[in-house]
Amino acid sequence: MKPKVAFYWCASCGGCEEAVVDLAEDVLAVVEAVDIVFWPVAMDYKLSDVEALDDDELAVSFINGAIRTSEQREVVELLRRKSGAVVAFGACAWLGGIPGLANLSSATSILEFVYRESPSTPDGDGVRPLEETEVPEGRLVLPHFDEDVRTLDQVIEVDYYLPGCPPPASLIAQAVTAIVEGKLPEKGSVLAPDVALCAECPRADTKPEDLKVGAFHRPYEVIADPETCLLAQGIVCLGPATRSGCDAVCMRANMPCTGCMGPTSRVIDHGAKALSAIASLIESRDRDEIAVLAEQIVDPVGTFYRYSLPASLLHRRVDAASATTSGSAKS
Amino acid sequence: MTSQIVIDPITRLEGHGRIHIFLDDGGDVDHAYLQIPELRGFEKFAQGRRAEDMPQITSRICGVCPMAHHMAGTKALDDLYHVDPPAAAKKVREMVYDAFMVEDHALHFFFLGGPDFVVGPTAPKAERNILGVLGKVGLEIGKEVIGFRKEIRGLISEASGKVIHPVFGLPGGISQPISSELRDGFVAGAAHAVEFSRFSLQIFRDVVLANPEYVELITSEAYTHRTYYMGLMDEQNRTNFYDGRLRVVDPDGKEFLSFAANEYLDHVAEHIEPWSYLKFAYLKDVGWQGFTDGPDSGVFAVAPLARLNAADAMSTPLAQEAAEEMFSTLGGKPVHHTLATHWARLVEMMNAAEQMVELAADPEITSPDVRTIPTETPTVGIGVVEAPRGTLIHHYETDERGIITQANLIVATQNNAARIALSVDKAAKALVHGPGVDEGLLNEVEMAFRAYDPCFGCATHSLPGEMPLIVEIHDSRGELVRRIRRD
Repeated sequence: MKPKVAFYWCASCGGCEEAVVDLAEDVLAVVEAVDIVFWPVAMDYKLSDVEALDDDELAVSFINGAIRTSEQREVVELLRRKSGAVVAFGACAWLGGIPGLANLSSATSILEFVYRESPSTPDGDGVRPLEETEVPEGRLVLPHFDEDVRTLDQVIEVDYYLPGCPPPASLIAQAVTAIVEGKLPEKGSVLAPDVALCAECPRADTKPEDLKVGAFHRPYEVIADPETCLLAQGIVCLGPATRSGCDAVCMRANMPCTGCMGPTSRVIDHGAKALSAIASLIESRDRDEIAVLAEQIVDPVGTFYRYSLPASLLHRRVDAASATTSGSAKS
Repeated sequence: MTSQIVIDPITRLEGHGRIHIFLDDGGDVDHAYLQIPELRGFEKFAQGRRAEDMPQITSRICGVCPMAHHMAGTKALDDLYHVDPPAAAKKVREMVYDAFMVEDHALHFFFLGGPDFVVGPTAPKAERNILGVLGKVGLEIGKEVIGFRKEIRGLISEASGKVIHPVFGLPGGISQPISSELRDGFVAGAAHAVEFSRFSLQIFRDVVLANPEYVELITSEAYTHRTYYMGLMDEQNRTNFYDGRLRVVDPDGKEFLSFAANEYLDHVAEHIEPWSYLKFAYLKDVGWQGFTDGPDSGVFAVAPLARLNAADAMSTPLAQEAAEEMFSTLGGKPVHHTLATHWARLVEMMNAAEQMVELAADPEITSPDVRTIPTETPTVGIGVVEAPRGTLIHHYETDERGIITQANLIVATQNNAARIALSVDKAAKALVHGPGVDEGLLNEVEMAFRAYDPCFGCATHSLPGEMPLIVEIHDSRGELVRRIRRD
């Protein structure tokens, strides 16, 4: 019997779904090899179809997106129960991803901006989405939002991780093959090479052994040489602190790595690792000169923790004013 | 006794949603609500980020149309830094953008919306998907569809870095020029795209137009609303996906407004309802009169049918021919039948393919001069493109270092949100009678939103958290009698 497989999305963008579709003719091979029993973007199966399965009946569930709502928790808990293995698919499920940057704001302040401060929202009526609304015909409900964004393994047990935003096609194909053939690595593994991205960067040969940076440039301020190491050109590139497996596609397009593949297995906090990797390149030992260089990195959190804030030791910003306020949209 | 039907989740769309149908004592539909129970926090967490990171951060609003956000963001950066990119950079951006329009429209026709027609609106749910389409049209054609998207998406990847989440956009240009090998790839891809569009239009004729039941469905009152229409136009009021002025026509098809993107706040505002996280855009010039159509209601539409309605003509000859065929078949311009959006989408696929042909042949397309370095202090930047799903506006304000102090995004599905709500309600009223409706009929209710190719992921960029579609049917006492849910 073909192994049964589910794909599901939480707080995500749909790019992981597109990455699966982008397997192109290989997706037909996947369809031959497995039974997809749940995939909302492409198929009309319902949650009740999943509920009807036996526990562990699914060989594997691929879950993308970070976790923000009670509803998402319920669905991933259900999929966990029904699945032999769960793969956190992509940067958001593994590390929180770009939506995880929402942990820099309280849920209340987000609602405040969207429904009051936004320049296209007229002032005055004060209407906000509510968890319960009485309409003339009856009652309508909306889900509750948690105060913070969480990674998948902060909510359920996860067996494997596929990195990337989105995961590269070659890694998806390898993971699916390993599952179909039952050749899975050690539980908890990240299904990608465990070396830094510089190893596969076409510019690696131009990276000086003793690389030092005298000034940092923002990508729009200079025209980068298309062949030289971007760090050697003073452009912040997270390649040295980021896992390989993406074929260095951003550098091939003459843009720096922003870290979507996450850290290697030896790193606990990707942002801290990236920050120290870049800071170690500063040539000067003069306090004032170092301060000038540090000023050139104008957004350290957005630069170093772009994909990993919820998974990091920081997890979220807590403002004194909002720390005790619930993020829910209660009336 | 009133009943309720809940369809949860709605499927074959981007993002999550739920349809809640209330029935009256006689079992007819009292009101059907489309609720969007998700929200993320992009505008809020954009604050404090570097402006130049916005094209890459906002592309994560939607992995299906990342190029639309990337490009709207990049154009907003041009405006923010008061910098005019070299001609070659603009041409490359537009060529890549046209390639994106082609493959995205193909995704919707064959994978998302098409199964309703090709496999059938009430076919078993296990077959209403791309695999069912392949079963119906044959594996050969299926492989052509899959292979074509792969080819075009490969070209986009090479030009922009990554097809899912591009990286090439910078204020004042793009990060790399197009090599002559890649140009050759675009020339071949563009020719293929024209052929593919011709072939897709023929499938539409053979499968949809040749079936009187489908034509009746498309033109039925259940799927018809007389609203305003908006789209981006060139100087001759012809369709353009990358740049131009926003034009609005009234329900009779007469020009009502024409304005530059940076005047959007004078004309577009957002209405809030307590029962959905999605905001409903409307025309300020007319005002919000509730969920109703007609010339006195500020409800308007964007996306393929709206663009065709708002344009005087298509910018290319084969697309113009296809548009004329559509308008003459459906009774002239403007067409108010929502389901005709599927046809208009294929007309636009041809339009984008022909534009690709023209740009790929332009001698300047391989020029190495693709960057103008910004020198001015950033202040306010507003960028607009036509996303596949409609008009998309990015608006950034920064401090003098180019750090975002405020971001406001008006996305396609927000512009369509009120009309989509109308469509779901009207279709439900026409189709649902009593709580015992079958699954196929409920799918026909879903077709009312699916035609728009809505992206509720995009539309609710405002706070993290997404949710599946649920349809609930409640009786007149508010008791839940049926809940249909898809995740």
